[in-house]
Amino acid sequence: MLRFLTQLGSYFLLLKKVFSKPEKASVYYRQTMHEMVYLGLNSVGIITVISFFMGAVITLQTAYNTENPIYPTYLIGLGCRDSILLEFSSTITALILAGKVGSNIASEIGTMRVTEQIDALEIMGVNSASYLILPKIIATLLFNPVLTLISISVGIFGGWIAGTSAGVITSEDYVYGIQYAFIPYYVTYAIIKTLFFAFIITSVSAFEGYNVEGGSLEVGRASTKAVVFSSVLILLFNVILTQLLLS
Amino acid sequence: MIRVKNLNKSFNGKPVLTDISVSFEPGKTNLIIGRSGSGKTVLLKSIVGLHDIDAGEIWYDDVLFNKLDFRGKKEIRKEMGMLFQGSALFDSLTVEQNVRFPLDMFTEKSDEEKRDRVNFCLKRVNILNANNLLPSELSGGMKKRVAIARAIALNPKYLFCDEPNSGLDPLTAILIDDLIKEITEEYAMTTIVNTHDMNSVMKIGEKIIFLSDGIKCWEGNNKDILSSDNNTLNDFVFANALAKQLRITLSRNKPGN
Repeated sequence: MLRFLTQLGSYFLLLKKVFSKPEKASVYYRQTMHEMVYLGLNSVGIITVISFFMGAVITLQTAYNTENPIYPTYLIGLGCRDSILLEFSSTITALILAGKVGSNIASEIGTMRVTEQIDALEIMGVNSASYLILPKIIATLLFNPVLTLISISVGIFGGWIAGTSAGVITSEDYVYGIQYAFIPYYVTYAIIKTLFFAFIITSVSAFEGYNVEGGSLEVGRASTKAVVFSSVLILLFNVILTQLLLS
Repeated sequence: MIRVKNLNKSFNGKPVLTDISVSFEPGKTNLIIGRSGSGKTVLLKSIVGLHDIDAGEIWYDDVLFNKLDFRGKKEIRKEMGMLFQGSALFDSLTVEQNVRFPLDMFTEKSDEEKRDRVNFCLKRVNILNANNLLPSELSGGMKKRVAIARAIALNPKYLFCDEPNSGLDPLTAILIDDLIKEITEEYAMTTIVNTHDMNSVMKIGEKIIFLSDGIKCWEGNNKDILSSDNNTLNDFVFANALAKQLRITLSRNKPGN
């Protein structure tokens, strides 16, 4: 318990350092743009592939579990849309990004720690926590919602391809289903969740990397811990946010 | 000038440095020597503020450095340059970007002025036509020289070098030693070098302190180190075979022998 509280305290102290005034805005801006490409744009591929197949499977499973003449087939489209909007595109995408981006951040910052690059920044008078972490947080907060929107679109498209190809739903029914009883707030809900998850992934992973002590073995461990803690926190906050935003 | 007074530092209750007091003079290469694990790096990192000390004072000219807050330390640190044991070049940046980094961060110079300064610093350390190389494409000696170029980019008042010769062949090590000494004299910097390389000690040790088990055992310069009566120091200085031979010769040549 004491260890947990110490870690929690250290996490918030690090965040205080991260959100202090940047030394030079232009350098931070350039760094943020770089991180948007590195952490955001480079994740478009994997998000697209996963979302496509996720949408496809959701459509097929919904179809095979609702094979009943009572249910109109357009409900398959509706089910696919709401599953993707409410849960899959924000939470599953966040879990995947926790693996890809989280481990990347922890190992990058951890390696900089053990090779004294962070000490070098400190000696120059640079706030290393802010310089290394703040651009990553801003980049993921700005870009992850875009990834979520891409995931929603591709997921629904994947569902349409799979549903019509497998012959479980007609194109007209699917399109009607994804438009039926649409609640725009669900998109807002997905974006709000994404913002929380983006912050968790980046800050927790950066915390693990920043506090590495030792060598390459510890960097590997920090990377694993970053993914595990981020994932658990994402699932925990998923419950809390769902209760707060949908109740 | 940097002055350390009664510095104590421990890790998890285990004392690593005990009651260290020393002055490091400007325009000279000041050496901290001692065996591995004697506390050299901890002392150097305590002086630059990377380790918080348990007790004592660290003065940079008239400023009590260890009592400053983060912002106060930041101002002093803008006048520091440091060469780390592993060079600590930023992996993702090219040679030019590494040297340019402090200029980007702390100056309002134009692009052209920054480029000129980078090229000047790189030329000063004899790195030519390597501006676009990444640190992973450089040899150990080149990395050290680029790290020195980065350290002097802002004309620092204080230069710290943590084992600058580690992992280098003897000839490259001499080049690095010469470079540190030349730069120190050229810019009248207060330079502190951590080393256990006796070649460096004899070549650039204008002021030397010897640490053993976290205690300062001896203070002097490269002229009087060979004639010291301090047994702990002599065990360190004359540790290798050539030095042992030299010790025998010296003792034979002593008057009365």
